[in-house]
Amino acid sequence: MKRRWEQAAGWLDHRTGIQTAVRQFLYEEIPASSGWHQVFGSVAVFLFLVQAFTGALLAFNYAPTPGDSYNSLRYILTELTAGRLMRGLHHWGASMMIVVVVLHMVQVFLYGAYKKPREATWMVGVVLLLVTLAYGLTGYLLPWDNRAYFGTVVATRIAGQAPVLGPYLVRLLGGVGAVGVVTFARFYGLHVLLLPPATLLLIAIHVYLVRKHGVAPAPGDELLPKKQFYPRQVFMDTVAIFVAFAALFTMAVAVRVPLEQLADPTDTSYIPRPEWYFLFLFQTLKLFTGPLEVVGSVVLPGLAVLALILVPFIDRGQMVRVTRRTVAIVFVALAALGWTGLTATAVMTTPPATEVEIDYSAPTDWMQLSPEEMAGVAYFRQENCVSCHSIGDGGGKVGPDLTTTSIHKDAAWMIQHFKRPSAMVPGSSMPPIQLTDAQLNSLAAFLLKLNPDNASALGNAPDFATQGALVYQVNRCGTCHMVNNVGMKVGPPLNGLSKRRSRSWVEDHFADPQKLSPGSFMPPYKLSSKDMENLTTYLFALPE
Amino acid sequence: MPAEQRETEGTTRRSFYIGAIYGIWGIIAAALGLPAAAYLLLPPKVRKENEWFEIGDVSKLAPESPVEMTFRRNRVDGWKIISEKSTAWVVKEANHQVVAFGPQCTHLGCAYHWEESKNEFLCPCHSSVFAVDGKVVSGPAPRPLDRYETKIQGNRLLIGPLEGPPEQKA
Repeated sequence: MKRRWEQAAGWLDHRTGIQTAVRQFLYEEIPASSGWHQVFGSVAVFLFLVQAFTGALLAFNYAPTPGDSYNSLRYILTELTAGRLMRGLHHWGASMMIVVVVLHMVQVFLYGAYKKPREATWMVGVVLLLVTLAYGLTGYLLPWDNRAYFGTVVATRIAGQAPVLGPYLVRLLGGVGAVGVVTFARFYGLHVLLLPPATLLLIAIHVYLVRKHGVAPAPGDELLPKKQFYPRQVFMDTVAIFVAFAALFTMAVAVRVPLEQLADPTDTSYIPRPEWYFLFLFQTLKLFTGPLEVVGSVVLPGLAVLALILVPFIDRGQMVRVTRRTVAIVFVALAALGWTGLTATAVMTTPPATEVEIDYSAPTDWMQLSPEEMAGVAYFRQENCVSCHSIGDGGGKVGPDLTTTSIHKDAAWMIQHFKRPSAMVPGSSMPPIQLTDAQLNSLAAFLLKLNPDNASALGNAPDFATQGALVYQVNRCGTCHMVNNVGMKVGPPLNGLSKRRSRSWVEDHFADPQKLSPGSFMPPYKLSSKDMENLTTYLFALPE
Repeated sequence: MPAEQRETEGTTRRSFYIGAIYGIWGIIAAALGLPAAAYLLLPPKVRKENEWFEIGDVSKLAPESPVEMTFRRNRVDGWKIISEKSTAWVVKEANHQVVAFGPQCTHLGCAYHWEESKNEFLCPCHSSVFAVDGKVVSGPAPRPLDRYETKIQGNRLLIGPLEGPPEQKA
């Protein structure tokens, strides 16, 4: 068997040279000092491959046009098996890529590995860093939610500020006038068609240069015998890759990447924030105002990139031990401090979100419920019905599965049963529910809507919505207003309220309706601040 | 340390490295490959379908004489719900039961038609021939014509999902 295998491998190698090539690659000689500090380059390449893989998988179910892109991403997140995992890997992979690429650069910088004759390797590396950032910038728009849209509006405006080139850059990015279909197409094209082959080419050049000059030795290495890349260093790289992958996988599973509402260019309340790795630039921008703004947005970042590219020509001294490179260490420490300071300031000055964010990547069936049914969800939770009853898959097993029972019973039966369980079901061990008739009505209305398909979605209704619906029911808003086509049309229907009014307007309106809409015969409502918040958020979350 | 002992120690370490490399890459490949396979191969969660669409009045149909009728229906297509025109061959059988056949030949999905003169359904692609009750008379078709689920309300015929092998369902 083994002989056969060797024969086949020999045959293939004779025709293609593949075995020889792999062997040459693996048995490359590396300096004696090589070790754990040199793993970051391999990890970066690995992460690039993960991004390419998950990116291609996402593209298989993605429609690259504004609007459709949002719907198809929602489809990936809510209807496809492992779709959320794929997006999580791609999203967090991008962040991790930035971290690893920067760590790789810091290591090379600290060790002075960019020195003669490795200047070109370093410069290609800086270009790769910029390419990595370009992925982040272009990929940010692709979900086409509010976050994506407004973030990109700011980014294209900044590009427009560049001296001389500004207007051309904006035209190139399709951002003339407003961010729209053209910008989207350009960003998508860059993200999936232009950047990946460019990255491959640059990585090839980068690795070729590393191979040509050899891994940078530390002082004293020349006296020690060289080592082979395989298996010791490959083992170290593999372990580092595994650590990175385990962290990425955990993030993708555990940290939900939200999908905000579909991009709405008319939304005036949205405060855009860039991705965390661009926050320091965002904060730098704030330090300069008026005509100096261009300094913060274009000049300083431009100079920083130029300085980075020229590092090998600024520091031309002999190679010394890493522990003696005090200037480099101080420089890295200062840069880290500055970056942390700027990022922390940006995070701390972020105004608290004025609206409760709704995660549109979760099922949103609850939005279709009437306020009465929604209040029923609140009672259902308050009475802790799930401790005995199951709803589809989850819940207790003492009582019957409510998703199937409700089909056979009507509301009157249920209400009688809630009041005196054993009267309707002899021998039932269920305790009577202490709620008023109106509240029991809500509960019954909700239970009538339950079926195996929507059970989990309804169970996911956010608390602000159920609590807001309670306030809505208690104050009998439905006697004048309509929500999801239930209620009266004396006052305006409340769906789409968020498009017509601001949050503060609605809250002021509760206190004194006539002040804001003269002639209205809505009575004033004195709501506690918690009730007010829940009710307003609930109304703002209603579908249009 | 004798040279021989150093040698074996080096070999064990070396085989440990190699084992770890293969093991770790195996884990990574599985952790990416299995979810990817599930993502591509498992069907999406079914959104509510099984709606009924009205196709028209069937009270005036002549027995055993198929009529092609069109109707609009909503169909879930990936992330979209599209409204599309669809057709069915509707036959009132001798016992006054109404049957609606899907418009595609069960061989390779070509559109077939009713040959008035010969009293049979003929598929122009590979000459499959079906009787008025949908049974295969001749040709390569592997099974009788697929039928829609139907309901009669008054004089009107309602059309439900197409019955047939799952992969054939539109």
